[in-house]
Amino acid sequence: MVGYLVVLLLVLAAAAYWIGRTRAIASVNGDVARLHSLPGQHGMFLALFAAGPALLAIVLWSMVTPGIESSIIADRFSAELSGMGVPQVEAFIRDAHAMAFGGLVGFADPTKEAAAAVYKSIHATSAWIIWAIALMLSASGFYWAYSRIAQAYRARHVVERVLRAFLITCSAVAILTTIGIVLSLIFESLRFFQQVPLYKFLFGTHWSPQSAFTGAGAEAGAVNQDIFGMVPLFAGTLLITFIAMLVAAPIGLMAAIYLSDYASKSVRAVAKPVLEILAGIPTVVYGFFAALTVAPYFRSMGESLGLNVASESALAAGVVMGIMIIPFVSSLSDDVINAVPQSLRDGSAGLGATKSETIRKVILPAALPGIVSAMLLAVSRAIGETMIVVMAAGLAANLTANPLEAVTTVTVQIVTLLVGDQEFDSAKTLAAFALGLVLFCITLTLNIVALRVVQKYREQYD
Amino acid sequence: MNIMTEASVEQKLSTGTNEPSIKMKGEKVSVHYGEKRALFDVDLDVRENQVTALIGPSGCGKSTFLRCLNRMNDTIDIARVSGKITLDNEDVYDPKIDVVELRARVGMVFQKPNPFPKSIYENVAYGPRIHGLARSKAELDGIVESSLKKAGLFNEVKDRLLESGTGLSGGQQQRLCIARAIAVSPEVILMDEPCSALDPIATARVEELIDELRQNYTIVIVTHSMQQAARVSQRTAMFHLGYLVEEGATDKMFTNPDDKRTQDYITGRFG
Repeated sequence: MVGYLVVLLLVLAAAAYWIGRTRAIASVNGDVARLHSLPGQHGMFLALFAAGPALLAIVLWSMVTPGIESSIIADRFSAELSGMGVPQVEAFIRDAHAMAFGGLVGFADPTKEAAAAVYKSIHATSAWIIWAIALMLSASGFYWAYSRIAQAYRARHVVERVLRAFLITCSAVAILTTIGIVLSLIFESLRFFQQVPLYKFLFGTHWSPQSAFTGAGAEAGAVNQDIFGMVPLFAGTLLITFIAMLVAAPIGLMAAIYLSDYASKSVRAVAKPVLEILAGIPTVVYGFFAALTVAPYFRSMGESLGLNVASESALAAGVVMGIMIIPFVSSLSDDVINAVPQSLRDGSAGLGATKSETIRKVILPAALPGIVSAMLLAVSRAIGETMIVVMAAGLAANLTANPLEAVTTVTVQIVTLLVGDQEFDSAKTLAAFALGLVLFCITLTLNIVALRVVQKYREQYD
Repeated sequence: MNIMTEASVEQKLSTGTNEPSIKMKGEKVSVHYGEKRALFDVDLDVRENQVTALIGPSGCGKSTFLRCLNRMNDTIDIARVSGKITLDNEDVYDPKIDVVELRARVGMVFQKPNPFPKSIYENVAYGPRIHGLARSKAELDGIVESSLKKAGLFNEVKDRLLESGTGLSGGQQQRLCIARAIAVSPEVILMDEPCSALDPIATARVEELIDELRQNYTIVIVTHSMQQAARVSQRTAMFHLGYLVEEGATDKMFTNPDDKRTQDYITGRFG
């Protein structure tokens, strides 16, 4: 019903645009040049005021009403609900809502049916109210704006200001979402740290949260604080990231040098897009490539050398992750190397330096800060990567520096902690938030350092 | 002007002839950039210990010719050079010629000062290091110091040799680039509009420097400034639309040119 209202308002806006435009032209008897603002801007102005406030009211209404409606239900049926706890009340309201508007109903009883009927009538009333409010806002907005349209009226400025406010809102959504996510991470982590002390989490070397509960029944809530040590996860993450960078940094950098300074135009035109396709392969594809092809290969190779390689090894995951971030490193480094002015290459060549001397002694030193920041961004990408390690590195939280053994990473453990049926207030689940927070801090620091380095580098040539 | 005439008199006395010997010689030099022809059968001689100025309107091929002299056009994929260019009677486009060695003998200074983002010392030491000219640190220090002195920059920077070359002023940067070119002891120095990015005072310093350098080096300079060509050069070559219009002693070119186009260009009627 409210959907129709929105459509109606949009139709009204279109009509208002046309009316505003016509009126503006009529106000100067067709001599458009005398208008302060273009006819279209007058039209836009009228459309904005005819539909804008009403649409805002609808957005507000749709955010507020569900809460109000359910609190009214709770209030009307307070007698029936008096003996229940919070989850039961919530379930009651959920079921009543589902019965009234369709959805999955837990189990039906006459009270709930009564509640559903009330729910329906309340909702219908509130829909009527918003219809009335929206139409009133629309009419008054239209009337107010219509009476303003005149030869000297500065519709352009009003439209500009409204557009600016709209753009600010859009960017605010992105920023506020980020802030919201960070805050929820922080608060959930704080709940975790109430159960497990921070130092045990940060410095503990034993991680096996699946055995978090020591007892049953009355002791079910007791938490074994010693099994939430994140050091093995962190070490595993570092080990895999290190292996990945060992693969990606040299190959990516060399590829970038080849592409920017050696490749002919035709080679570059083919090679660069192909490298970027490598970046477009879904990580889960890399994951089964790692698990089904690379890991067994490493194992059989290890066997022939007399080494004992686990079938899910850090080496396999790290190497495949390295291949995944090669295009990342090469395309960032390529940009940085290309940003070194041609005049430096000419200057060096003019002194009789060969191409490789020029690259080693002039281009790379000049591009070094940018390359470092490219590497840091690649590292933060590798640390945050999940799918490959889930599939290829295993779940065992071994504290080891041996790349042939199975290790696990922070991201993998977050996945395993949250997959399946979980209670959202147990230490085990909350640990995922704490891990997420640590991960976030690490990648944030890396990104800030990388951006700083890039900024410093930019100043050199400008 | 006085110093200049004295110097050229000396030059003439020492060689015993009226004309200094020919250092570089271009015969029927043509350049194509892909399908487009940029230079048409240019015959031009560069005489030893003289400044040869190449003038002409934009796009006339003077920079293209300059870049042929030390094969800088090799760095452009689509450029193709034909004809013959010799340095001391050796063909520089001979496959046997090592382009690295050629560029050590024929150095280049560019339009925009392009010091490397390294220290002043490292900028000057770059060439000698690449070519292995210094056997010891002390020798390298000596080369750096004498190059900076020859470029008239030493007194200004002697206390901050380890600071970045990009921190100098535009004129100082250009003189640093000249010092960098001198450090590999070239025989010929090519300058591609070396003063176009500089203010008049810095320009005057670089022009003085060019005049001093003539004692030891052969210089070819591309310039858009008629006054600069008149001030610093002994010989001038006028290019137009890829052709060499006229070439001769600077005095004559600026007072009594043979070709009407030269006359029109130097009096500012076109270009």
